[in-house]
Amino acid sequence: MSTTEALVKELVEKNGRTRNSLMPVLQGIVQQEHFLSEEALICVAKELDLSAADVYGTASFYTFLDTVPRGKNIIRVCKTITCHMKGKDEVIKAISNALKIKVGETTHDNKFTLLSANCLGWCHKGPVMLINDEVFPELTPQKALEIVEEYAKK
Amino acid sequence: MENNLKKVDIIFEDSDKCAPLKVLEKTLKRTADDIILDLIDSGLKGRGGAGFPTGLKWKFTRNETSDVKYVICNADEGEPGTFKDREILDRVPEKIFTGMAICGYVVGAKEGYIYLRGEYNFLLKGLLKKLSDFNAALKKLNVDFQIYFKSGSGAYVCGEESALFESMEGKRGEPRNKPPYPTVAGYNSKPTVINNVETLVYTTMICHMGPEKFKALGTSDSRGSKVFSVSGDTPIPGIYELELGMPLHDFVNEFGDGDTKAVQVGGASGHCVPRKKFNDTIIGFEGIPTGGSMMIFNSSRSMYNVLHDYLEFFAEESCGQCTPCRVGCQQLLKGIEAVKRGERPPAYLDDLKKLTGTMKIAAKCGLGQSVGNPFNSIIDNFREEIIY
Repeated sequence: MSTTEALVKELVEKNGRTRNSLMPVLQGIVQQEHFLSEEALICVAKELDLSAADVYGTASFYTFLDTVPRGKNIIRVCKTITCHMKGKDEVIKAISNALKIKVGETTHDNKFTLLSANCLGWCHKGPVMLINDEVFPELTPQKALEIVEEYAKK
Repeated sequence: MENNLKKVDIIFEDSDKCAPLKVLEKTLKRTADDIILDLIDSGLKGRGGAGFPTGLKWKFTRNETSDVKYVICNADEGEPGTFKDREILDRVPEKIFTGMAICGYVVGAKEGYIYLRGEYNFLLKGLLKKLSDFNAALKKLNVDFQIYFKSGSGAYVCGEESALFESMEGKRGEPRNKPPYPTVAGYNSKPTVINNVETLVYTTMICHMGPEKFKALGTSDSRGSKVFSVSGDTPIPGIYELELGMPLHDFVNEFGDGDTKAVQVGGASGHCVPRKKFNDTIIGFEGIPTGGSMMIFNSSRSMYNVLHDYLEFFAEESCGQCTPCRVGCQQLLKGIEAVKRGERPPAYLDDLKKLTGTMKIAAKCGLGQSVGNPFNSIIDNFREEIIY
């Protein structure tokens, strides 16, 4: 059994074998593997007795349930109006230059993916970014780079 | 200058007097009908933005006959400019749990769910600990009600109640046709009360302090207070609980930077109010209602950029299920870009306004229906900024 298969079985065991568990199962896979591979989606479909198309259809609806390979650390910089006004463009530019990737791309070592996100709910403390589940408000380009460097060391 | 702005401290008050479990114990000694009457009497309307009377929602769900009913807390706060629910979840979660437990008692539900947006996953660890303590306390009190968390995965439209149910059922977050309304067929097609985070805290506090004190605040159409998320060009951004029914003018005096050109009331899907209308715009259900988002723009801001940001947001977040919204959002965005580049005449903006009229009638849910709010209010008040 592959590690993905084992993970899916474990998640289905934990959340239950019903349609209502589909989201927690998919979220659990993303937590471990950073994206949903074809293998993972087919495996979930089999375990929950759904069609693979149905599982893919659900997964592809949600921004956080990626179906393309992502790096170990996913950086999401908020791009909505207040963060825009407070300088998210400079933050994105700084990270983009440092990691040598554009928004939507992943570094060659698979450590980082840089994405932009819609309102993250920190409009009074913009610009803000999420790295995986952790939040970093009140960014400056300098501060953002220091945070990314910390993650690079991990 | 005279200022009618009244700051209030109900939501975040955390003295021993209003300890959530004490409020719960006290309230469960009353009859469900009494609690509903108090809520209706208080005039509390939903704080998520739509403003449906909370007492009636509970009453309708109570009146349904079903073995299984649910209480759901909508913590999928995604409206640009809104961040108050995050703060409430972080600071006074027990008041939310208590509101849900009271609701469960009133309507006859045994399960409650909090649908937390994926962007707030960092709150989950702390919340789960507090929730397991609370669930244990419920068992100790012999209350047959337990609360669980469900996480979202980054979809704005899942804040729409029926899309939220779909998501909880493991499906694409596509809104359903209404009716049936959630009070009849919500989560798992069972009668469901779905309330915003802030609304549930107010229900707890109304049970604590009685409807009179709440009713004394606000106006006849907008009773009580509300938590506002203030952002943009302001020296004091943050979260403020204010009495409802204030003139926007007073709000700007308090929070503006002296150079306020416009305020977007109610987030991206709300209305843009220009300076000349500050005096006669009331913040409340009789004027412009808001889920709490107040974004302030000063004269250095281009309203074209503001509108462009909003439309990009809607074009991305439209679930794509119904054509008026899916195509409409894209065409509005492309349309203002074309006018800006001079490829379309300024009069094209009026065609686009008609399109928002079609979306308002034909779109399936609030997302597509409300895109016209920001679009028309910005075009009508800042037309020259869109064209030149």
